[in-house]
Amino acid sequence: MESISIIGMVSIITAGLTIAIGSIAPALGEGRALAQALLAIAQQPDESPTITRTLFVGLAMIESTAIYCFVVALIIMFANPFWDFVAGG
Amino acid sequence: MEIDIDQIIYWEWGFLKLNATLLFSWLVMLFMIGISIMITRKLTSKTGMSRGQALLESLVVLIEEQIEEATGEKAEKYIPFISTLFLFIVVSNTINVIPGFHAPTASLSTTAALALCVFVAVPVFGISSAGLKNYFRYYIEPTPLMLPFNIIGELSRTLALAIRLFGNIMSGSLIVAILLSLTPLFFPVVMQAFGLLIGIIQAYVFAILALVYVASAGRIRENKEQSEYENNSYNHQTS
Repeated sequence: MESISIIGMVSIITAGLTIAIGSIAPALGEGRALAQALLAIAQQPDESPTITRTLFVGLAMIESTAIYCFVVALIIMFANPFWDFVAGG
Repeated sequence: MEIDIDQIIYWEWGFLKLNATLLFSWLVMLFMIGISIMITRKLTSKTGMSRGQALLESLVVLIEEQIEEATGEKAEKYIPFISTLFLFIVVSNTINVIPGFHAPTASLSTTAALALCVFVAVPVFGISSAGLKNYFRYYIEPTPLMLPFNIIGELSRTLALAIRLFGNIMSGSLIVAILLSLTPLFFPVVMQAFGLLIGIIQAYVFAILALVYVASAGRIRENKEQSEYENNSYNHQTS
């Protein structure tokens, strides 16, 4: 097997695994955060603007962990630095 | 399939290259400066207020309220820096839905520059409000052993600011590009709307985090008695 096909295979498998595993934990975290926020809104409906705003900020920050994994997967797929070693040489 | 809009070059002359990031960030800047100059030419305090002045005033009041809610201080000190960041990022992210336009925040260069601004602003604001000695004493609290970790924390949160904004905006535009090649009509529109929401939320998050970093640098951690008093009064209220 040539090295270019090995690099391609490993890159594709790793990108899939990265985005798959990397989105499990943020999903669990966001689910918990959302459940707690709904509970808080149900208990204190007057505070719902503050809770909603804080929830959005928190969700965006949790979401960014999944985004990091997505960025890494994209770099592996489309801007892989190891292609150049093989394709150029 | 462009992952990096720095690679899109519109015009080249010798060593000067005009790429998409530069062009669109300058467009956003010119747009904002032009609108502001046009509106502030004819300000009134009478009843016949123009629509633009009402818009700008409501924006300023909104940002002021948010800053005062988040920090509990007067907003005058922070409002130029924070609102500039917020408005620039909002306009940059919403320019993404216009066909043919690229968001300048979809490149790592722009977001890294903005994060560097925050990184430089933290010690400036901290020293100006807490004093030199108090600000640098925070790095060696509770023990001098924590000094490297504090420095690493400063660097990593700046990096996280840059990567978070870049990743969100870039992935939004990339998802739309991928979907356009698969299902041309309906689904990309939904994702565009979703990207609009994500863009505004990310601008808010960036501004709020910059504000929190800047404001917490200026906090002098000496008012223990005051906080204890507040706790006692709070407990007294609730019991």
